Amino acid sequence: MKETVVKEPKSKAPIPSGGEVVLPQLGFFGMIRWAWRQLTSMRTALFLLLMLAVGAVPGSLFPQRSSAASEVAQYLKDNPTSGPIMDWFKLFDVYSSPWFSAIYLLLFISLIGCVIPRAKIHYKAMRSAPPRTPKRLSRLAEYGTVTIPAANGIDATTAVKEAAQMLKKRGYRVDVRDLDTERPSVGAEIGFMKEVGNLLFHTAMIGVLAAIAYSGLFGYSGQRVLVEGETFVNTLSSYDTFTPGTNFSDATLEPYSAQLEKLVVKYDRSTEAHYGQPLDFNATLKVKDGTDGEAVTKTLKVNEPVGIGGTNIYLVGNGYAPVVTIKDGEGKVAYQGPVITIPTDGAYTSLVVIKVPDAKPQQLGFVGFFLPTALVGEDGVAYGSDPDPFNPQLNLNAYTGDLGLDGGIPRNVYTLDTSTLTEINSRNLDAGGIVLGPNQSYTLPGGNGTISFDGIKRFAALDIRHDPGQGYVLVFAVLALAGLMASLFFNRRRVWVRTGNHPDGRTMVEYGLLARGEDHRLAGEYEAINKALHSKWLVPLDEAEQNGLETSPSTSDSALGDTPATKDQ
Amino acid sequence: MQDINEGFAQLSEQLMLVAGMAYAVAFCAYVWDLFTFSKAAKAGLATEESTLQASVLAGANARGATGQGLETGPQDRGVRPSSKTHSGSDGVTAGDSMRYSKERRVVARVAVALTVVAAVVQGFAVVLRGLAAGRVPWGNMYEFCTTGSFAVVIVFLLVLTRRDLRFLGTFVVGLILLMVVAASVAFWTPVGHLVPALQSYWLIIHVSIAVLSSAFFTLTFAMSVLQLFQARREVAIASGKKDKLPVMRLVPNALSLENLSYRINGIAFVGWTLTLMFGSIWAEKAWGRFWGWDTKEVWTFVIWVVYAGYLHARATKGWTGTRAAWLSIVGYLCVVFNFTIVNMYFSGLHSYAGVGS
Ligand code: HEM
Repeated sequence: MKETVVKEPKSKAPIPSGGEVVLPQLGFFGMIRWAWRQLTSMRTALFLLLMLAVGAVPGSLFPQRSSAASEVAQYLKDNPTSGPIMDWFKLFDVYSSPWFSAIYLLLFISLIGCVIPRAKIHYKAMRSAPPRTPKRLSRLAEYGTVTIPAANGIDATTAVKEAAQMLKKRGYRVDVRDLDTERPSVGAEIGFMKEVGNLLFHTAMIGVLAAIAYSGLFGYSGQRVLVEGETFVNTLSSYDTFTPGTNFSDATLEPYSAQLEKLVVKYDRSTEAHYGQPLDFNATLKVKDGTDGEAVTKTLKVNEPVGIGGTNIYLVGNGYAPVVTIKDGEGKVAYQGPVITIPTDGAYTSLVVIKVPDAKPQQLGFVGFFLPTALVGEDGVAYGSDPDPFNPQLNLNAYTGDLGLDGGIPRNVYTLDTSTLTEINSRNLDAGGIVLGPNQSYTLPGGNGTISFDGIKRFAALDIRHDPGQGYVLVFAVLALAGLMASLFFNRRRVWVRTGNHPDGRTMVEYGLLARGEDHRLAGEYEAINKALHSKWLVPLDEAEQNGLETSPSTSDSALGDTPATKDQ
Repeated sequence: MQDINEGFAQLSEQLMLVAGMAYAVAFCAYVWDLFTFSKAAKAGLATEESTLQASVLAGANARGATGQGLETGPQDRGVRPSSKTHSGSDGVTAGDSMRYSKERRVVARVAVALTVVAAVVQGFAVVLRGLAAGRVPWGNMYEFCTTGSFAVVIVFLLVLTRRDLRFLGTFVVGLILLMVVAASVAFWTPVGHLVPALQSYWLIIHVSIAVLSSAFFTLTFAMSVLQLFQARREVAIASGKKDKLPVMRLVPNALSLENLSYRINGIAFVGWTLTLMFGSIWAEKAWGRFWGWDTKEVWTFVIWVVYAGYLHARATKGWTGTRAAWLSIVGYLCVVFNFTIVNMYFSGLHSYAGVGS
């Protein structure tokens, strides 16, 4: 295994250096241990991280079933040979695919294998004294000396104690040693929070994943399209589509109801450049919590969900629902009410499909467009020119025949297969297409009945979600962030100070600083300690510089430039 | 909602053009600075041997007792840049600490002054755009690009006050120029109100942090590219070959570049983590789920993971130096890809077509 640079050099039993591992001698458990070490090595973590990045990309290149199932179907239709192969590789379900899961699960196993031993090592390090004082402090990255004149009356023991005091004040953990010898010294260490932060960050990442998994177990989500005036009650049958979590049960649906009173849409009329661009969607909901709660009026907007009964209701779409009445050939009302249409462009040119299976003697079907503001083009075809209903118009073709609704095959309510039906109204027929303004009606040819356009309502497409894990996700994410910042911005360093009495009465002090890992502020810390020691013993500062210790100007940038120790002076 | 102020809008666009021109002039000045330096360096090559020796001696004297034997730092990790440890024998004149030296580079000063002028003008343009629309000026590609390049220049100038990164000027101002031109030519959009999907205070928080982090990533991208060049050059010089790019003497050694870009990347990574988190919170508010693998989310995640890989690489034996620099570059290419190709050609919720179309 390749040793990582962050690990304690002596933290582990001797490890065969990379490449010299001889497999057959390891035995079964040895092999497992070897595999485990490989998996938890820094190199593997890096490899898995890069794999994770690469593995996520295809999900953005190809449509995904989870978000765009119909696009996937279309893709498979357009690419009959490559499509199924890609499907086999789960390229349309990347984020739930076995290979993507394998990458992140391995990564997290590696992560756990990494964090636990590191946490142990660090716990020990935090509780043990700073390492023994090196023999030659001058070999350290930063090194300095102070010579205390005999006149100051500070001997080696006092000096080392005072140095320890000073370091303690700067936040170091200190350990005074060899007090009764010729050369007493103090070892000091700071910055344990760096490693704590790192461990916190990685542990919190596990927490994020766990919280997401928890949501997947107990959350649920569903969609419902509500026309103005309609009411949604939070029961399974009220949803148009419903996606339960793995552990979902009906009992978790808290009873409540929400009525869409009205949906007001505002468009930009002030600038030419963005004329007709939507500015505001404002839905008024009348919600009743529980089975017999009091009705409360709430405003639902994009970016402003309404929370009720453990769920959040989101406004994710809207459109027009023209109200029509269809009487069949026998004069009976076969259909009456709003028809949900599908907007296809910024002018709300909306697809209309009406199925009237109850019509007699023949079932009726209508396919066409609803135009909020219809204009007629040069070719005589009407087109939508504005999203507001200034000149609403229904343009329909009519069909008779068996709509195929009785066969038990699920049909999309928004499409009608006209291939087996008889066209009775269209632009290509003598009877022409059906063109209706508000409050107009039309008599279908062949005694098939009438259709009338009675008015316009709007509908709102709502997402209703219950996500019990997302609060935990946020908590763990914030912890991860805090850990990350501690890990990146704290520095772990060690300082040693050694003193000795010179025969001529002076007290000689030398000290060295060592960074663990990269530490661009070590020089600044050196300056600060240098200053603090000099001022403590009233030794003029510039003496050090005369000794050839050319000081870099780096103190100026150091945040440590004005630490308590320097303010002392 | 406040009416659009067409007068402000027009003035903003004119100022943006002026700023673009100023950047172009500043860019020329940076190039000129490199050019004159390169010439001087070539002229000095003849006397190089003797100066080198002298500087080695001087360096050794100046260092006194510090630093010897620790050039590679503990356990193969790079040492912090410090003027104390620089010997000058590696074909680099620039100080590793990237501090300003006493030497006056008149052309470089002019270039920085021009950059400041351009930044001030662009600042007015950006603010006027915001005033014209009555909202923050980052709601579409044109505005991301103009405000984003303004963020880059501000970050660059701020770093310049503490470190002498003028050698990056050509690169950074070149990129800014490119962004301003792209905004005005390819992404131009008249001032308008925000579509409902964007009407949220999260737009202010999420996008501003994204833009700021990207600005930091831009700096480190430039530094990583230079690091690669410098590393090759250092190897060549160390093996006794001729210095083919004397202009790179203006640039600190590869290790110093790596160390500084690591620090900046650390800051930028925290920023990107915040971008990701705030984006998730906003997504929860707007679309009802905090994560849905929308194309834009995918790429934000990919960028985050690549830079996490970069941070790991810096702690992995054999992956520091050149390989880490490549990861930093790949990360930035992902940022650019996310901003351009994903915004323009990929469909997804972030195309703001969800509601109302
Ligand atoms: C979910 C996957 C992971 C992510 C997103 C991730 C991310 C990060 C980030 C952003 C850093 C830099 C900040 C810091 O020092 O805390 C980092 C550092 C580190 N990671 Fe990870 N990591 C992951 C998995 C792992 C694994 C599996 C290992 C162990 C094999 C690991 C070991 C380390 C170590 C040792 C450091 C410290 C590097 C240093 O001292 O500079 N990480 N990680």
